[in-house]
Amino acid sequence: MSTLVLLTLTGLGLGALYFLIASGLALIFGLMDVLNFAHGAFLTVSAYAAWRTAETVGGTGGLALAVLVGTATGALLAIVVELVLIRRLYGRPREQILVTVGLSLAIPALVQAVWGADSRPFPVPDALSGTVSVLGAQVPVSRFVLIAVALAVLAAVTLFLSRTRYGLIVRAGVEDRAMVTALGIDVTRAFTLVFAIGGALAGLAGVLGGLYFGSLSPHQGTSLLVFAFVVVVIGGMGSIPGVALSALAVGLVQQYANYYVDGYGDFAVVVLLAAVVLARPAPRLAGGVA
Amino acid sequence: MSTNPEAGSGTDPGPSPVLSVRDLRVRIGQSSILQGVGFDVAPTGTTALLGRNGVGKTTTVRAVLGLLPEGGEVTGGTVRLDGADVTGHRTHTVVRRGVGYVPEDRGVFGSLTVAENLALAERGSGPHHYDLVHDLFPELKTRRGQRAGTLSGGQQQMVALARALLNDNRLVIVDEPTKGLAPRVVTEVAEVLRRAAERVPVLLVEQNLAVVRRLARDAVVLDAGRTVHTGDAAALLTDRELTTSLLGVGRHERPGQAGGQPGEQSGEQSGEQGQREHATKETTP
Repeated sequence: MSTLVLLTLTGLGLGALYFLIASGLALIFGLMDVLNFAHGAFLTVSAYAAWRTAETVGGTGGLALAVLVGTATGALLAIVVELVLIRRLYGRPREQILVTVGLSLAIPALVQAVWGADSRPFPVPDALSGTVSVLGAQVPVSRFVLIAVALAVLAAVTLFLSRTRYGLIVRAGVEDRAMVTALGIDVTRAFTLVFAIGGALAGLAGVLGGLYFGSLSPHQGTSLLVFAFVVVVIGGMGSIPGVALSALAVGLVQQYANYYVDGYGDFAVVVLLAAVVLARPAPRLAGGVA
Repeated sequence: MSTNPEAGSGTDPGPSPVLSVRDLRVRIGQSSILQGVGFDVAPTGTTALLGRNGVGKTTTVRAVLGLLPEGGEVTGGTVRLDGADVTGHRTHTVVRRGVGYVPEDRGVFGSLTVAENLALAERGSGPHHYDLVHDLFPELKTRRGQRAGTLSGGQQQMVALARALLNDNRLVIVDEPTKGLAPRVVTEVAEVLRRAAERVPVLLVEQNLAVVRRLARDAVVLDAGRTVHTGDAAALLTDRELTTSLLGVGRHERPGQAGGQPGEQSGEQSGEQGQREHATKETTP
């Protein structure tokens, strides 16, 4: 029983991490048809920026500052990439893929050149390094932090999409981008905003990933991105609640399979993906957000 | 008949046109779709853009708005809106100059509510004529919280028209508004367009000649990507020879009957498409 509780809460924590990465991916793809392979690189750079901050300042305050720095780094990097590179390549999927894949290779290589290939311990403040006893299981506090943050992000993104004008533009743009411009709206500003939000969430995921794993490495973002893509495919492009549920499922399946089927967690995720794709009646033509 | 695409609406030398298209040329991929379209839209009333299917009516409208599909580009000519050159400008900048647009497929956002569809169309600081819109379409007020995707085809057309009439526009462009609608709804849509044209000039792409007859003062006819006729709409529609040669009506029926009743399709060129539209657009999720 206690093992199951531990596995479940760990799986939920992992799912929370996947949700943070995948929600940005889904919004970016839903609105702009851009498959952003550089998303994991945003995460990695943010994680290192957060790590430097947390190391320098130290303690819980250091972590709070690291969250801010990591999120801002992700947002800033995403804005620069959108304005400088992606903006010139809208409607040209092949070039987009080449550019974002290029970034996903170059940025981690750069990080590796600066900070080395070995993984570094992420400083977890004492307040978050302990465990909480739940139904006999000793669950690390960081799991609860991840779950709480993911829930808060889900609520914030849902409110943004349903209550703000830009949210309205994003939802409409996911459905029919050309018609949004035909109403006199400059949709490229919504593009930049969505990229910034996606980058910020990836940055946040970078910091929380440091907490979750207790370490960080140059290729952490890229390996997490693979599962985030699986989450997006299962959850539906452009659907935030779908992505949230799918992230949950992937996180749990991965944890359960890793324990009960002897380390076959990654394989189980692929099986889940195949099952969902095969069971789905037809491609979703018009996926709505929110 | 005037066959010079360089010439504007030859019949009306009066006030300067709100939209002026000259020798417009458009290529989509490797095909030249427009090879010299030219016409004026008068600052009042309705100007009908006519022609058989595939002659470039929708492409003309989309080129004016900078909304050409992937691989499409304007290769020549000019588009002036109230005298200002907007050729090749980005869509939202053209629209912000005061253009309302109702596309062929209505472009209603199905996952958004009626109220959200309208809110999205609010441009700038207003004024936004909700009073007018709710007067024209009382149903939209009662259905404001309903998802637009669950509306009937006719109701969706109301949403699309309401979005175009919400703002103070210099010009409203309406592409095939009655396509795929039931005869009774066609009459309703035509009445709304008639009332709209009292406030703002309308450029109307329409296959239903009964609707054209009722609404349009000026007519522009395209054929194979060129303007082949401009002039008075009523004169065109009563001229059997012209309607036969330009619009393809009357070969299998008397031209006088072509638009005899509202809702009737205008002859051979729209029958097939009309049926397909019925099959695809009238079915709402």
